Amino acid sequence: MMKKSRRSFLKVAGIAAIGLGAAPAMTFAASDSHGAAQAVKGKNQEALSAHRWGMVIDTSKLNEEVAKNITEACHRNHNVPDFNHEVDEEKYPNTRPTNPKQEIKWIWEEHFNYAFPDMEDEFLVEKFKHLGFPVTCNHCKNAPCVQACPTQATFKREDGIVLMDFHRCIGCRFCMAACPYGARSFNFRDPRPFIAETVPEFPTRSKGVVEKCNLCAERLAKGQMPHCVEASEGAIVVGDLEDPESEVRVLLNENYSIRRKQSLGTEPSVYYVV
Amino acid sequence: MNKNLIIAGLAVFVIAVLSPFWFNLVTVTQAAPKPELLGKAKTEKKCVLDKYDMRANHMSLLDEWRVSVVRDADRMYTAANGHSFNMSLSTGENSCLGCHEDKEKFCDSCHTYASVSPYCWECHTNPKEIQ
Repeated sequence: MMKKSRRSFLKVAGIAAIGLGAAPAMTFAASDSHGAAQAVKGKNQEALSAHRWGMVIDTSKLNEEVAKNITEACHRNHNVPDFNHEVDEEKYPNTRPTNPKQEIKWIWEEHFNYAFPDMEDEFLVEKFKHLGFPVTCNHCKNAPCVQACPTQATFKREDGIVLMDFHRCIGCRFCMAACPYGARSFNFRDPRPFIAETVPEFPTRSKGVVEKCNLCAERLAKGQMPHCVEASEGAIVVGDLEDPESEVRVLLNENYSIRRKQSLGTEPSVYYVV
Repeated sequence: MNKNLIIAGLAVFVIAVLSPFWFNLVTVTQAAPKPELLGKAKTEKKCVLDKYDMRANHMSLLDEWRVSVVRDADRMYTAANGHSFNMSLSTGENSCLGCHEDKEKFCDSCHTYASVSPYCWECHTNPKEIQ
């Protein structure tokens, strides 16, 4: 029998260990140099982009009908339930009666006093006493809802849109408590029985999640303007607040505008030209 | 005497322990249903990943797509095989359901068999069901 010294055994063992390690290293190097093509994620070519999306609402172009059309266009296309809708008994038997306090809204009308409570005025200009101001999520620069959300379901996108990931929402409603504008609604119940006609381009929501205006992120991605802009007959303009040449900035330069509850420091991105 | 007892006991033990296997030998097990490819999916023959990868990992892919669409606003997915897809479950021609037209025969057949109930359809809508 051959007698091996400890020294020669260690030598052989060392070389063997190098050999064992070489195989994975070689395959790794090989895969790096000419591996399979990688999948790429990107934006649609026609997508609209901005540094910070904002909205300007020209109150001189508003009237009852326009305001109604805006709300309707938004709510219909985002499958927002309408609790006044007659439930189809066959499809949804034994539906509980609705509670108007649990209504869901993305954009709706508010009187001046409620929309701008810090600007209350004994001698408010006559036309504002009856005008319904369209109010919605302000997509604040310092959004309190984003800070309140414990799951990061609500977050601020790079382009300034305060967006919700409905998948992630646990329904804690901290964001609703945090939002000073009441822009958020909670789904106390399954919204589907109250959707007159489901639009296939946008999902519905499920019971137990919060929802709000998303500035039509799904439309901007396709190069289209939000539904409210299209329905507003020119009263609502959406554009890039950081671009001095943009339509919204031109409007803000030429007209005096106000924002809702500015003193709170949330820096809303929705401006009202008055 | 003891030897016989022990062997008999062992035989009973082995039979009992392996009973699930005997049971399966006797009864006919139902094979997992194959998802049916219909309409466009049948003719196109190009999915995002290859068939086996898709079967095993479609849920991770959908999760990845969701993050990409919602968080990064990236909605176009150019797969490693060169085809591009609209990262959407049910909206438009180039989405999952745009190609796999029949949700019952494609999604549900396997999910029902495997007894998994993903909650996709609590919010996402099947365009066919709306009409």
